[in-house]
Amino acid sequence: MLAPILGAGMAQAETIQVTIDKMAFSPADIEAKAGDTIEWINGDILAHTATVKGGFDVMLPPKKSASLVVEKVGLFDYYCRFHPNMKGHIAVSAP
Amino acid sequence: MYIRPVAAIAALCLLGSVSLTQAADKPSDPEIAHIAYTAGAIDIEAAKQAIAKSKNKNVVAFAKDMVRDHEAVNQQALDLVKKLNVTPEDNATSQALSKAAADERKKLGGLKGAAFDKAYVDNEVAYHKQVNGALETLLIPSAGNGELKSLLETGLKIFQGHQQHAEHVASELK
Repeated sequence: MLAPILGAGMAQAETIQVTIDKMAFSPADIEAKAGDTIEWINGDILAHTATVKGGFDVMLPPKKSASLVVEKVGLFDYYCRFHPNMKGHIAVSAP
Repeated sequence: MYIRPVAAIAALCLLGSVSLTQAADKPSDPEIAHIAYTAGAIDIEAAKQAIAKSKNKNVVAFAKDMVRDHEAVNQQALDLVKKLNVTPEDNATSQALSKAAADERKKLGGLKGAAFDKAYVDNEVAYHKQVNGALETLLIPSAGNGELKSLLETGLKIFQGHQQHAEHVASELK
């Protein structure tokens, strides 16, 4: 979809939740629009991170949640720095 | 896959030189708690040795992950046994694990540099494989208390992740 929308008003930014349970991001693949918030809810007893190489790095303490507003349009592969086999993907499109 | 407790016990016996026949019976919850805690404590010790000895960034990062995770899991285990008013009981399997770990630590203590890194990471792969096998085939099925079983299941997921992580680090060392 093309970005400029005339007179249609601003799209409402949304919050997209990703839960972490037993060493996995769920859902692992999400779609967002620039300006949306991604909220990771860590249900594990372990600390995790949501990290993009050369990009964002969100700390997710045990049993806590943390969020991030995605500003940049693009496809992002992220992983947990402490458990590199935990992987997720975010597709960010223009609002 | 067929499952026999004796096979799992054999898997737990790291060097094959320790007789575990006494433990071939289904372990009790206090014994399971002791085995699980001991297995975690062993990996923390091994990781601390690696943090002190290794100069490899990936190996040290992996070892720090092991300390962080196993301390978290063992803390949960301690909280649970306290809540359930269970006193973990020492047993032949815990003793065999500790003995094998002490031997391994001594062996690793004599190695340096890349040789140490490889031996440590290879042992982490093998050790997690063995512990995961024992969790799957013996400890989880034997656990009587639901909360203990659930913590062991969580532990299994975590340690399977560790095994994959260790395998990945091992593949990068080659």
